[in-house]
Amino acid sequence: MATISLQNVTKAFGKNNVIHGINADVKDGEFIVIVGPSGCGKSTLLRMVAGLEIITDGEICINNKRVNELEPMERDIAMVFQNYALYPHMSVFDNMAYGLKIAKIPKNEILQRVNTAAEILQLQDYLKRKPRELSGGQRQRVAMGRAIVRKPAVFLFDEPLSNLDAKLRVQMRLEIKALQKELGVTSLYVTHDQVEAMTLADRMIVMNAGNADQIGAPLEVYNDPQSTFVAGFIGSPPMNFLNNLFAQNQQLDSSAQQAIDRLLTDLPTEVSATLQQQDNDNLTIGIRPEHLSLCEPPTAHLIGKVKYTEPLGAETLLYIEVQNQQTITLRQAGDIEIPAAGDSCFIRVNTALICLFDSKGKRIQI
Amino acid sequence: MAASGMVIKRGKSSWLSHIGMIIGVIIVCFPIYLAFITSTITPEQVAHPPMPLLPGDQLLHNYQQAFFSGINAPVWKMLVNSLVMAMGIAVGKIMISLLSAFAIVYFRFPLRKTFFWLIFLTLMLPVEVRIVPTYEVIANFGMLNSYSGLILPLVASATATFLFRQFFMTIPNELAEAARVDGASPMRFFWDILLPMSRTNIAALFVILFIYGWNQYLWPLLITTKPEMNTIVMGIKQMFPVGGEVPDWPLIMATSILAMLPPILVVVCMQKLFIKGLVDSEK
Amino acid sequence: MDKQVTFNNRYLPYFLLIPQVLITAIFFFWPAGQAVYQSAYIPDPFGLKSQYVGLENFRFLLNDPYYLASFKTTALFSCLVTAVSVGAALWLAVMADRIIKGATAYRTLLIWPYAVAPAIAGVLWLFMFNPRIGLVSWYLGLLGYDWNHVLNDNEAMGLVVVASAWNRISYNFLFFLAGLQAIPRSVIEAAAIDGAHFWKRFWTIVIPLLSPTTFFLLVVNIVYAFFETFGVIHTITAGGPQQTTTILVYKVYADGFVGQDLGSSAAQSVILLLLVGILTIVQFRFIEKRVHY
Repeated sequence: MATISLQNVTKAFGKNNVIHGINADVKDGEFIVIVGPSGCGKSTLLRMVAGLEIITDGEICINNKRVNELEPMERDIAMVFQNYALYPHMSVFDNMAYGLKIAKIPKNEILQRVNTAAEILQLQDYLKRKPRELSGGQRQRVAMGRAIVRKPAVFLFDEPLSNLDAKLRVQMRLEIKALQKELGVTSLYVTHDQVEAMTLADRMIVMNAGNADQIGAPLEVYNDPQSTFVAGFIGSPPMNFLNNLFAQNQQLDSSAQQAIDRLLTDLPTEVSATLQQQDNDNLTIGIRPEHLSLCEPPTAHLIGKVKYTEPLGAETLLYIEVQNQQTITLRQAGDIEIPAAGDSCFIRVNTALICLFDSKGKRIQI
Repeated sequence: MAASGMVIKRGKSSWLSHIGMIIGVIIVCFPIYLAFITSTITPEQVAHPPMPLLPGDQLLHNYQQAFFSGINAPVWKMLVNSLVMAMGIAVGKIMISLLSAFAIVYFRFPLRKTFFWLIFLTLMLPVEVRIVPTYEVIANFGMLNSYSGLILPLVASATATFLFRQFFMTIPNELAEAARVDGASPMRFFWDILLPMSRTNIAALFVILFIYGWNQYLWPLLITTKPEMNTIVMGIKQMFPVGGEVPDWPLIMATSILAMLPPILVVVCMQKLFIKGLVDSEK
Repeated sequence: MDKQVTFNNRYLPYFLLIPQVLITAIFFFWPAGQAVYQSAYIPDPFGLKSQYVGLENFRFLLNDPYYLASFKTTALFSCLVTAVSVGAALWLAVMADRIIKGATAYRTLLIWPYAVAPAIAGVLWLFMFNPRIGLVSWYLGLLGYDWNHVLNDNEAMGLVVVASAWNRISYNFLFFLAGLQAIPRSVIEAAAIDGAHFWKRFWTIVIPLLSPTTFFLLVVNIVYAFFETFGVIHTITAGGPQQTTTILVYKVYADGFVGQDLGSSAAQSVILLLLVGILTIVQFRFIEKRVHY
């Protein structure tokens, strides 16, 4: 059982800084997901914890012990790789047992540990097979088994599900979550898939271009994003962003102008106060698609034209062009009537749930 | 591959292909066939052309004579020498190349690029080009007429190193990382993972290098002056009389057949492996 | 082209490199250095000491009609060997690729020459064309052609070319066959649907798609003809008649060991070293590029 702490962890390849000082504390038994688009440095961060990359600056501690200079095996971690990294010439049993053999663990204990892991992962019948004789899901399980038998203090997962097809991915996601809860091992899990991050994480670290934009529980991050990047990355479809909504010199027809005025008066007082203080040309207003709804003209906050629609069954996504040629997404329940493309529509905003961001994309707390 | 292809492999053209192939095979194999026929007849039959095109009754006699007495040295002795040389070159090259390719691919260290170029400069340079000075080096070491003199200079080339490097580059990075996480030391990774994974490549390369070593001609010709150190390929040339005398063709051809037999057996028996090694690695 | 994953160890890589570097240094760089050194000296007639002559050996060589002739001989020889061997191998491979049943049997029979040493290949062809008793020369005699490669330099060149090309045919055949089989069937079928007949398909699709293989084989065969045909020439013609089949590698041997002209032989080695160096760089670049595909 272990805690992990990252203090100002920095990575540079030559002069090129790829991770700009990350701070995070992981509690014992916690499942942390590091999520971000490709190239954001999330894998590099994980590999620094694993000991596969040198830490340029800062400190990583596992159980309050500095591990910067330790070899991977000395850090008491186990890792599951994206392409599983199974040794192709070894049987499933030998793949799982290899690390234990190196650690000179007695034969009968190796046998017992591998068998236990195989039982948990339902691999008992495959122990003598070679990796190439297994399906993708089974290989994935072997890779997990290899991590489990070591009884490490920390599990590290590097996009372990990205090579599986969609259906299997959902199933393995549930299995990983259950397994981690059962074993209670502190875990770091890297993925670019925000759904995976939301469903697996106790807390998640959202990374953007080498920075940790936000660290928090999934719903906290979803409901209270700290930057436009986080708001856009977490949630599908992403949050809508509107600029210059209240600019003075817009050429709006009277009904649109009335709608905007209505929106201004309906805003929570703190929000309108902030809008008045700031130079509101540079502000971005963020609103989730599900916090918009179609309404009757007299109550509308925005007026637009439907560009196209995506009926998904349980819900329908409407893509609507509003003023300044900005397109927003509106999510409504699947059983509500769907307007046709080209129709004019009237939108009501759940003003209590609006987020404000400054010109640099940072959230303005109210 | 062979099963498909309705479009181009059908009907009359297929028969034409077979006929063309058979003619090609006859032309390609004829020199070897003729050598075999010659090794089964008497020198008199050879001396009065045209020689017969079907085997004679001297097979046992000729091969016995070649194998146990020969002209300068008995063939069995030369076969042993060739075997030692070919094995030495193949095994030696594979061993040193595996190690150096491992070092170059899996480590970062000062002067790495320098070593890389030092080794790969020798990539295609055959010993024929630098024979005189190499001969002097061997003579200075007192290695004339010795197995080490036969083997070592031919081990000094980077072909095998290059091929192993290419192969190592194709092994996924994650395997080495997984081994590190599993606590394997570099040499442990080499033994437990890299070597077993290279088995096919090693075997294929062995075939190619064995033939390369077996077929060496100029180098043994220079540094083996004693008949008992002759290899079989160069020994055949020594069987030709120096003056205007008539060579003992049946005996020479019996020796040639014996000299060709080991490499041909290796190539034919390990055909799949050999072709994979040749085509995959040199591309 | 470098691995991103590495092991950390300060001394181990050097230990791993020692065997190869040692052998390369002693049996490659030292002799190569010796060649450069000796090329600047002429030994006195008694072999007691050498006199420094700078580039005199090279100047002499480049004005020596025999050496210049040897250059021409080598060029002609290499081109002929490459053309004959690559052409014949392509022809055989195209037919083998069209055959469904028995293709493996043909292949097994066609790879024999690869296993035959160049020197033995020389002996086999010498035997067939022996002016006195050779089977082929006897039949040529019946047709009224008097074959004697010992005296006729064109015939001598022809014989060493054919023997060398024969020796190389399996190698080229295997590469062409692999290249042909790697051409996606769908491409050829698409061409057939477009109405292209066999020869049309062959010239407009097969040959262009084979061009990387062909280029590779051209380079490799030229290198082979330059350096690995010593055995063929030594057994068949010994460079004759009148040095008309003396290729560069053979001349290094003949001048150095038979003629004992060490300075000249060393200078020739240096020239060859440079030549191979250039070829190696071309080849290396080329292989490196292919691997990237």
